[in-house]
Amino acid sequence: MTTITKLPNGGKVYAGDLPDKPAPIRTDGLVAWMRDNLFNGVFNSILSLSALALVLYVLPPVLGWLIFNANWVGGADACRVNPDGACWPFVSARWEQFLYGFYEKSERWRIDILLWMLAIGIVLMVWEKTPGRHLIAMFMLFVYPVLAFFMMYGIVAVNVYWIAVPLLLLGVLFATLAGGFFRVIGFLLMLGGVAMLWQVGSGAVQAIHPLGDRALPIVDTPQWGGFTLTLVIALSGIVASLPLGVLLALGRRSKMPIISLLSTVFIEFWRGIPLVAVLFMATIMFPLFLPAGVTFDQLLRAVIGVALFASAYMAEVVRGGLQAINKGQYEGAMALGLPYSKMMRLVVLPQALKVVIPGIVNTFIGLFKDTTLVLIIALFDLLGIVQASIADPNWSIQSVPYTGYAFVGISFWICCYSMARYSRYIEGKLHTGHKR
Amino acid sequence: MQISDEKVISIADMNKWYGHFHVLKDINLNVHRGERIVICGPSGSGKSTLIRCINRLEEHQQGSINVDGIELNNDLKNIDAIRREVGMVFQHFNLFPHLTVLQNCTLAPIWVKKMPKKEADAVAMQFLERVRIPEQADKFPGQLSGGQQQRVAIARSLCMNPKIMLFDEPTSALDPEMIKEVLDVMIELAREGMTMICVTHEMGFAKTVANRVIFMDGGQIIEENEPEEFFNNPQSERTQLFLSQILAH
Repeated sequence: MTTITKLPNGGKVYAGDLPDKPAPIRTDGLVAWMRDNLFNGVFNSILSLSALALVLYVLPPVLGWLIFNANWVGGADACRVNPDGACWPFVSARWEQFLYGFYEKSERWRIDILLWMLAIGIVLMVWEKTPGRHLIAMFMLFVYPVLAFFMMYGIVAVNVYWIAVPLLLLGVLFATLAGGFFRVIGFLLMLGGVAMLWQVGSGAVQAIHPLGDRALPIVDTPQWGGFTLTLVIALSGIVASLPLGVLLALGRRSKMPIISLLSTVFIEFWRGIPLVAVLFMATIMFPLFLPAGVTFDQLLRAVIGVALFASAYMAEVVRGGLQAINKGQYEGAMALGLPYSKMMRLVVLPQALKVVIPGIVNTFIGLFKDTTLVLIIALFDLLGIVQASIADPNWSIQSVPYTGYAFVGISFWICCYSMARYSRYIEGKLHTGHKR
Repeated sequence: MQISDEKVISIADMNKWYGHFHVLKDINLNVHRGERIVICGPSGSGKSTLIRCINRLEEHQQGSINVDGIELNNDLKNIDAIRREVGMVFQHFNLFPHLTVLQNCTLAPIWVKKMPKKEADAVAMQFLERVRIPEQADKFPGQLSGGQQQRVAIARSLCMNPKIMLFDEPTSALDPEMIKEVLDVMIELAREGMTMICVTHEMGFAKTVANRVIFMDGGQIIEENEPEEFFNNPQSERTQLFLSQILAH
């Protein structure tokens, strides 16, 4: 209890603590939440009830078509008998094609291995307690793409130079930049590279070394397709566009006018043309500029087009993040003697990228969905292959096209929503409770 | 508090413009090793700009600045060398919010001085103890009070073992009850013989530790004197006006 002492001049002194009282109405729990958020006024109550009515009106038929009335077993005949539900047997009959496209049947195990590696790699990178997470990330970022290319495309002969020279370069890089354990590995890599070159030079080994029985037969890119192709294009685009976008954003903000101008021109060029036009140019116009006889893989052209297109958007997202960083952060770093590259890498970019995680992931999601546009240059991604399958006369049933598109939609939604959730999680984790 | 004859900073006939605006006019200033200089003056008088020129956060257009024998010019090597010798504490702390207190302190020693991480950690803890917040080492700056953040900023500068410390209104952004804890750290630093240049409105601090007070107005140095003389017997009219304004209440 408080006692109030009145002073002779009219002032007051309060002594003691006031007790905690229970709240007169509930301020937590479901009822309180509904009262505060759904029914806190006439207008809001009407809105809540109409929204509920809309959900009740739309949801049952959708769920009925997708799940309860749907055909789950049997073949095309079952779907013909019951036209009022989705025809899932169509998907289960064709799922291999949806996943692998026209990839050689006997060689599909190669894609299986790659997909499992990708899935496990992603899980290990996302799970925070994984020992050696950095090494796994490095592997997925630098080794996996090379491995994936050769596994998917195939390899019949090894050109020793193609192994020795990268080995040598990697070794030099490690030996000069890294310390301790990695430096030793660097020297070993260098030694390996030199040994290989020396063997070729002395004639002990042929420069082009046929693999014979151990060869992986070539499966050329026109045969790639389905969800695998979607992943190939989307992941290459994602992995290439972020670093490229960061460089372009730094370039555009550079104090050197030439660099700034070139970056700006690049960004505005790619942002200014539609992706469909980029893909058409890559397919039809680009070969005109090449000398006769030189060919350039169609898929590679599409991937480069998508990556450059996405990097222009990424650059603007990152630039937004850079502009959100207080000038004081630059000054703090400079006053400590950090040179430009380290200031950017250690102080500015970590903060800038964190600010724009929603924008970055937004661009990734956009890119992922834009890959469906490769349909128009005769590459069959998931959507393309489903669309092609729908035309099959054996499955000319009314519910099949709807089922196919629903399947594509759900597949894309799962991928995109996972990215969105992960982005939210990372945002929360990186939030260090700072006020700038 | 020993002051040697050796000059660590000499600024001669230095001028600076922002576009057509002449912010610093014919600045001549010599700082000896161990000196503690307080720069005061009304806002917009160029005092912050002056100390920011010393480590090239601002570029001067005329005259010369020499820090510990290194000429400050466009040579990046010289600029980097000077920044390694000169620590700076800012009004708004400028701590890196994405790094812990300890990481803030070890960043520059590890990446600029190439100090091994363990050694950098030990050095950082030693300075965090000196500013009396070793227990906050693993927190993020955003979790600390203003006074604590400013002490971290001081520790962060000291980790680079600078010969000169610049303070740019270090207490102006702090709540009144936190000013003392920061000033105490600065006073201690002064007692240990650090060469310091402080832009501040804390006249009590100036009286206690400064051996020279410089008054600036309109981009020029108006008066320069020992603290006692400066406060008790200001010569210039502008100084008298300024002092009467800040000491009036």
